[in-house]
Amino acid sequence: MRLSPDELVFWHYGFVSLNSTIVTTWALMLVMTVGAMLITRKLKTEGDISRWQGFLEIVVTTIQQQIKEVGLQYPEKYLGFIGTLFLFIAVSNLCAILPWYEPPTGSLSTTSALAVSVFVAVLLFGIEEQGLGGYLRSYLKPTFIMLPFNIISELSRTFALAIRLFGNIMSGTLIVGILLTIAPFLFPIFMNLLGLLTGMVQAYIFSILATVYIAAATRTRAA
Amino acid sequence: MDSMTLIAIVSMICAGVTIAVGSVAPALGEGRAVSAALNSLAQQPDAASTITRTLFVGLAMIESIAIYCLVISMILIFANPFWNHVIAQTTGK
Repeated sequence: MRLSPDELVFWHYGFVSLNSTIVTTWALMLVMTVGAMLITRKLKTEGDISRWQGFLEIVVTTIQQQIKEVGLQYPEKYLGFIGTLFLFIAVSNLCAILPWYEPPTGSLSTTSALAVSVFVAVLLFGIEEQGLGGYLRSYLKPTFIMLPFNIISELSRTFALAIRLFGNIMSGTLIVGILLTIAPFLFPIFMNLLGLLTGMVQAYIFSILATVYIAAATRTRAA
Repeated sequence: MDSMTLIAIVSMICAGVTIAVGSVAPALGEGRAVSAALNSLAQQPDAASTITRTLFVGLAMIESIAIYCLVISMILIFANPFWNHVIAQTTGK
């Protein structure tokens, strides 16, 4: 029984190998980019707006409003990063309804990459907002004895982000696989439904946690 | 009893105990979180979106403890490195 889509290798040459995770991620990137380009080819501000443009407007404004509610005052700066996180994880989990599809977020490599990118983004946004000295000084914030604990909490937050997403998605696909061998008629459908729901919730949680970490790193100056 | 049997027995027992014990505390914690959220929703219904969002974030953090235990349990059952090592030894012999 395959524990992660990393183990299905389509093609390898030397040390370069294309496994199912990489190919699925490329396919998702292609679909999302081409879809967005097709929808935004003729943007209109008045008159008869097409349904797809309205849908994209809803998505973008909702993400912007959520970022503002968490406490970041200028959401446009962070909308690209956080919106991409949410949309990539949401689309890759929602496509689990397609047959023979294994979500790339069910592989620890994808989720670790996303968590590391959040870690680097918090660093960069914090330095951009407070300057290098100010940001590093924020690690000494309550007292300087807290320095190792602040560093450990940063690293464990990143680790927890990766493991949370991986564990939820991997266990969802594994449960459906096991149930197909035990009680194949109706029960796997309900577990698949539950997997879709937890996929959307985990996408929301990942992006909201990224927003909260960025807000914590950029807010300290005003407080 | 040889090492293969011992590894199999200990892995299976540990997998069961891990997920059984590891899902008690997160479930209790989530129950308390939801009950506190319901209380505050009843007291201040117009802060509903903030309360709901904070509730979901808190539930995700509590849930991740149970997910850690589930991942260990799944690794012990399906991707057990000690079992794979012992199997490789016996088939290679």
